[in-house]
Amino acid sequence: MTVFILRRLMQTLLVLAATSLLVFFGLYVIGDPVEILVNPVADEVEKARARAALGLDKPIIEQYWVFLKGAVTGELGTSFVFGRPAMEVILERMPATLELAFLAMVMAVALGVPLGLYAGLRPNSWPAKTIMAASIVGFSLPTFWVGLLLILVFAVQLGWLPSTGRGPTQEVLGLQISILHWEGLKYALLPALNLALFKLSLIIRLTRAQVREQSLLDYIKFARAKGLPRHRVIGVHLLKNILIPLITVIGLELGSVIAFAVVTETIFAWPGMGKLVIDSIFQLDRPVVVAYLMMIVFMFILINLVVDLAYSALDPRVRLAEHR
Amino acid sequence: MSGAAVPVESPLRRFCAQFAESRLALVGLAMLVAVVLVALLAPVISPQNPYDLGKLDLMDARLPPGEPAAGGGMTYLLGTDGQGRDMLSAIFYGLRVSLYVGVASGVIALTLGAVLGVLAAYVGGRFEAVLMRIVDIQLGFPAILVALILLAVLGKGVDKIIIALVAVQWAYYARTARSAALVERNKEYIEAARGLKLSPVRIVLRHLLPNALPPLIVVGTVQVAHAIALEATLSFLGLGLPTTEPSLGLLIANGYEYLLSGKYWISVYPGVALLLTILSINLVGDQLRDVLNPRLAR
Amino acid sequence: MTLLVVDDLQTEFATRDGVLRAVQGVSFALARGQVLGLVGESGSGKSVTGFSILGLIDPPGRISGGSVKFDGQELVGQPENTLRRLRGKRIAMIFQDPMMTLNPVLSIETQMVETVLAHERVGRVVARERAIESLGRVGIAEPAARLPQYPHQFSGGMRQRVAIAIALLNRPDLVIADEPTTALDVTVQGQILYEMQKLVREAGSALIWITHDLAVIAGLADRVAVMYAGRIVEEGPVAAVLDAPRHPYTRGLLDSVPANNVAADGTQARRLRQIPGMTPSLLKLAPGCAFRERCDRADAACAQMPDLRAAGGRSVRCVHPLAEQIA
Repeated sequence: MTVFILRRLMQTLLVLAATSLLVFFGLYVIGDPVEILVNPVADEVEKARARAALGLDKPIIEQYWVFLKGAVTGELGTSFVFGRPAMEVILERMPATLELAFLAMVMAVALGVPLGLYAGLRPNSWPAKTIMAASIVGFSLPTFWVGLLLILVFAVQLGWLPSTGRGPTQEVLGLQISILHWEGLKYALLPALNLALFKLSLIIRLTRAQVREQSLLDYIKFARAKGLPRHRVIGVHLLKNILIPLITVIGLELGSVIAFAVVTETIFAWPGMGKLVIDSIFQLDRPVVVAYLMMIVFMFILINLVVDLAYSALDPRVRLAEHR
Repeated sequence: MSGAAVPVESPLRRFCAQFAESRLALVGLAMLVAVVLVALLAPVISPQNPYDLGKLDLMDARLPPGEPAAGGGMTYLLGTDGQGRDMLSAIFYGLRVSLYVGVASGVIALTLGAVLGVLAAYVGGRFEAVLMRIVDIQLGFPAILVALILLAVLGKGVDKIIIALVAVQWAYYARTARSAALVERNKEYIEAARGLKLSPVRIVLRHLLPNALPPLIVVGTVQVAHAIALEATLSFLGLGLPTTEPSLGLLIANGYEYLLSGKYWISVYPGVALLLTILSINLVGDQLRDVLNPRLAR
Repeated sequence: MTLLVVDDLQTEFATRDGVLRAVQGVSFALARGQVLGLVGESGSGKSVTGFSILGLIDPPGRISGGSVKFDGQELVGQPENTLRRLRGKRIAMIFQDPMMTLNPVLSIETQMVETVLAHERVGRVVARERAIESLGRVGIAEPAARLPQYPHQFSGGMRQRVAIAIALLNRPDLVIADEPTTALDVTVQGQILYEMQKLVREAGSALIWITHDLAVIAGLADRVAVMYAGRIVEEGPVAAVLDAPRHPYTRGLLDSVPANNVAADGTQARRLRQIPGMTPSLLKLAPGCAFRERCDRADAACAQMPDLRAAGGRSVRCVHPLAEQIA
């Protein structure tokens, strides 16, 4: 087990290094940030000075080397736009995005799994058919368009919920969290719902498919033949077999939700990492983009690791096969 | 129940019959056919060519649905946008682009991913390890960001966005293909086949690939719909497709600014078209998946 | 005392192509400790009969008629909860493919302990003890060590032993075994057969052994019932039926067993005798005796479905039964 984790850590470092390389040089190709940041009528001297100040006059290799040195210590460069360490800027915005993603995921799973279970166990009942029809529609709705509609309906027409921005925050464990009280929560509801809709549909469909598939298998019949109560047959035998593919998907989707927040944050003007990175890309604020991507990759790999561990914890066939 | 006197039905017929069991799927199929036809015939059936700048009349800008053109000659069934373009025509053309980009990228990504994934499962060893690490890395990047960065680097253009979409999708196919093939690989009959020295190509093609196919098709339909949605999202954010060939996403983006002032049709109708396209693909894909699933004991 | 009385049981399935009548009027009785062999090829309805007794027929199937009386209690039409209490406790079932019947993601311990706990309020420790003891009885070495393991860590034969151990955990009065040795290799088959026989005798359980293999029945059962196309066509004490079959189908089955194919002088006869034709589809059964098409004794009288006629402790469903002893 420790070998496994160590190997994964090594891979993580490799991936981070590769990412940094790709992004750094990739962004370099796009253009000169100075052109964007400095007043267009500034003369060459001004531009040269700006470049020197930002360290952009050095050869690219040297720039990358400086970056790497800093990266080891956690220093990932200074934002051109903000004039502050890029990492600091990112970390400042991270809780906002994470709480949104978390809320969305919780919504999706808490609603999705029970609905999917029901739809799978009683596939011909009309509630089940309604659920499935609704899930296909939910799955097909383009997120950004739904966001627009949500604002139109709930904020503009009905006026129930605020349309943009993030609510007041409280300090929790050193982080600024807004969703733990209603004042903040109501700002997060629409964007979280927007993010959750797609995943909810996905989870419903997946759960139902799994239930349908697994219910036909002999071990379910055998469990019933043993006289086990229904709640155990479904809650233990069926559920455990369903959870395995489900966990993988949920893990992947969590990462996707964090990333897709980019769009939702743009529409709802939610001050998270996503909005930051889009602006940074267009403004060629390289350090911020690089820092963001490193952060995201790290989170993703972490999630992947947790999913893999969960997978082998749940499926004994995989866990015990690895030792063969 | 077994029995020999059952009339022999060709597999294709049975497949069609099973597919047709779901009315919803049939509706989806009809919608999809309609969408594809519209996309193919756009130049023919559009009341107006929305890209012919000469034909546009700024006087007709931002007209609500049902209004006639200022100069007479046509009625704007779905209204006009900020430049006086007929929404209906713009939507037809937009459908074309959206569909083309989504399908092309999906097909390429599936082929690429499936081949690599199944190979990895069969060959195993370092090749599999390396490939799966690459897949992990690839999947470790959020799709939308990969596409974002790629398009920022590559610039605008239909081919560029297809490249970006393929780059985003192939890993998902590869992982699915490899998982499915892996389950098969570990089964005893493959060991037996290997022991019999059956050619690897045969094993891969006849056993591993067919078992990978159903989940791949399921993933495939999901992914094509997803690609279309992703392209729309990217266009909405301002990347990928040039304004000369707007997809539905770009049309929605163009209408964003008018939304709050009540001119909903510029954003809403393209969105409906997008929704219907994606929905029809999903309806068909859903039923396909049910019919193709060998484990549902049909 | 009669433990099980099945009377005119009828089970059918609604399929896309029509109503499939899998079991059409099956009747038999079983006393305590008796072993009944239910023989037939696939599609004869034997497995469905077994499931019907336990009430495990799910839509689109249903028991459409008849009665199943267990220890005096009618089972058909009972609410699920009543049946559930009987299953695993007084009536147990063993399935064909042990890899599929044991839940791959739960340990053997979990799957055994839950069977005990579902029916009795004993502590986990006691349940565990019983499980270990049961595993030992079916011949699994070091049962305590193997208990926390998972199904895929056992070989096919071992898995089936585990399934048998689970079935016998709560000392059921009746065990229904649905082709339990079909998926196993021949050497293991013999072992399992022997052990089942022993165990069942020790526990005093009645046993219904469902199989397509007559050879298995010969050494094991007290009585045998032969099924064809959803009906019992012959029934009687095992020795009598196997030595002197009355129904042409039973005769055909016996003939097609290679070991029976010896000439009078002890050498192997040339060609293995087969029953001509194929099993009819249960969806499109012609009226009259279902075996007509394949029987060389059939005539106009067979156009009507014969009744099961009893004589001297055995019964046969045929208007032209075989009468003499055939060498």
